[in-house]
Amino acid sequence: MLRATVSKPDAAEGDILGDEAYIQLITPEGERVENPAFDPAVADIDKSKLADLYEDMVVIRRIDTEATALQRQGQLALWPPLLGQEASQIGSVRALRDDDYAVPSYRENGVAFIRGVSAEDLMRTWKGYAHGSWDPQLHNLAIPNVIIGAQTLHAVGYAMGIQRDGAKSASLAYFGDGATSQGDVNEALVFSAAYQAPVVFFCQNNHWAISEPVRLQAKRQIADRSPGFGVPSLRVDGNDVLAVLAATRVALERAYSGGGPTFIEAVTYRMGPHTTSDDPTKYRTSDEVAEWKTKDPITRVEKHLEKLGAFDEKLQSRVKAKADAVAAELRSKCIGMPKPGPLSMFENVQVEDNPVLERQRAQYAAYLEMFEGEE
Amino acid sequence: MATATKTGQLTLAKSITEALRRSLKDDEKVLLLGEDIGKLGGVFRVTDGLIAEFGPERVIDTPLAESGVVGVAIGLAMRGYRPVVEIQFDGFIYPAFDQIVAQIAKLHYRSRGTVRLPITIRVPFGGGIGSVEHHSESPEAYFAHTAGLRVVSASNPQDAYDLLRQSIASDDPVLFFEPKRRYWSKGEVNLDPTESLDFSKARVVSPGTDVTMVAYGSLMTTAKEAVEAAEDDGVSIELIDLRSLSPLDLDTVEASVRKTGRLVITHEASEEGGIGAEIAASITERCFNWLEAAPARVTGFNIPYPPAVYEEYFLPDMDRLMDAVDRVLGKHNSRSAWEN
Repeated sequence: MLRATVSKPDAAEGDILGDEAYIQLITPEGERVENPAFDPAVADIDKSKLADLYEDMVVIRRIDTEATALQRQGQLALWPPLLGQEASQIGSVRALRDDDYAVPSYRENGVAFIRGVSAEDLMRTWKGYAHGSWDPQLHNLAIPNVIIGAQTLHAVGYAMGIQRDGAKSASLAYFGDGATSQGDVNEALVFSAAYQAPVVFFCQNNHWAISEPVRLQAKRQIADRSPGFGVPSLRVDGNDVLAVLAATRVALERAYSGGGPTFIEAVTYRMGPHTTSDDPTKYRTSDEVAEWKTKDPITRVEKHLEKLGAFDEKLQSRVKAKADAVAAELRSKCIGMPKPGPLSMFENVQVEDNPVLERQRAQYAAYLEMFEGEE
Repeated sequence: MATATKTGQLTLAKSITEALRRSLKDDEKVLLLGEDIGKLGGVFRVTDGLIAEFGPERVIDTPLAESGVVGVAIGLAMRGYRPVVEIQFDGFIYPAFDQIVAQIAKLHYRSRGTVRLPITIRVPFGGGIGSVEHHSESPEAYFAHTAGLRVVSASNPQDAYDLLRQSIASDDPVLFFEPKRRYWSKGEVNLDPTESLDFSKARVVSPGTDVTMVAYGSLMTTAKEAVEAAEDDGVSIELIDLRSLSPLDLDTVEASVRKTGRLVITHEASEEGGIGAEIAASITERCFNWLEAAPARVTGFNIPYPPAVYEEYFLPDMDRLMDAVDRVLGKHNSRSAWEN
């Protein structure tokens, strides 16, 4: 199951959009596929717990829809949609324990919601009121990183800290297919292997780095890369929440028990634009998008729950009520957020006093005072 | 006994070793990371013996990737550690530039004050050792230009000890520039000073009345030679060791220039956009009515750090400093032809 050896070129080479050879536990048609290696990792996921995962995915899709609307209405400056990646985000974040530490890129807003980040904190950054919003120590979740791949090193360093504390927890780095080209991601793999750090590299291969297809980043499957660093990898259907949960749990268990780092390639698809500023019709076909729509992460769980007789009115109304409530909260907190005053931009540059900065602030305050009383 | 804290004569390099040793001893969260810092003790032997004393979990030899070293230091700091990173040579810091200026410098601000990164990055800097390229650079202005970083440089063994201990104890990230060609210069070092000047403050090294001279790092030695030479000419120079390059202690420089009316600034780094430019502009803004002459800069030229054969021409020396002193005093100097 773990790719610990160097892979050989095969017919699939050059066609990395091909999705064969990955872990899948629920097919797009809602069929449960038996997998002796990974089934034990999700043996506790009964109908009720699967319904909870379903609820999570519906709620974060609703957050995404609401935030996209808020951006269109001028309430947010920008939003990076997660549409299509719900299973990757929920399956991975639900595998984490509270004492594990997640280090996101900028698209993991579903992850942030599950880690307990408030609606206000979720919106503040995208409203343009802050660069990062929440206190990482409160959620064991770092703030988003826009520099592609830079955060993977932070996750490795954090894991080295866990080792030194003698703790049985792990860190998990989120990044995308584009990030795998970055030096930092490759250095992070080197460091994680060198120290056998308890870290999980969670790569959401959503097939597009803005306009660049994954085949520009990688001529082989991304999961084939990390074994060369001495980091075993898993390739998983990133639109299958159960498979992602299983794979992430397996990787975390390895980390907890001193097994070192693991790389997960979650094969998913960015159904929306890169951000609300992007126009994906310029670089990809509607056929491609339509094909991925048939692999939707939420629909397949609906179908599966239906087969189990668990997709009933009660569940549907419960999930709808939750999603409605979260969306309403998001909207009201976003619209009602007080705008910070100009002088607050000088806060938190450094911990200790900086007389040069303080003088600049005081001089700007004096400048602003000249306009007081004016209309 | 107080005498136990006196070490007698220590080289500047050894004073840094002692600062690291004391910091490791006093705070179990302090870790050292860098290339070849373990068994070898670093290429300048600054970490010599520390891995034997504190073990490989705290004195960590890293893979050869500067961005990686600094990046994992950030993660360790997020976990509550206090990493001290050694960049082997000044010219090797650039692969880590993003992690320093886009990550370390901004995280406190980006997290609205919730994240603190008490990371010290030690950088042997400057030329004068006849080395190959990328081993003699002075990249401090890049970092002084970046909000969120403290930039410090020591010029003597006692300051190296005090400033490094304060840098490691600080909850802010600090770039600590070590004057590599003075690593072997000796001085008395008190390892338990009852009070030491705050690491954000400049020091007036020798008082004077005619000209203010501002230097830091290796060039403090050169500047002292200039002070003595000027004294023989009957010119009284007030010499200031900046110590902190960000924030600049402009109040100390301002007070001096209000007294002398003349300012000479020197650094090895090239002139354009350098620390000297910042001081000249700030002091001109603050002291325009007290200045008797335009501030003068004596710096490296706006060329890549040249091959070793040119070092004696590239690096500011006492004669170039004296020429600038003549310039601010309105005496005949090398630029007299441009002054009309």
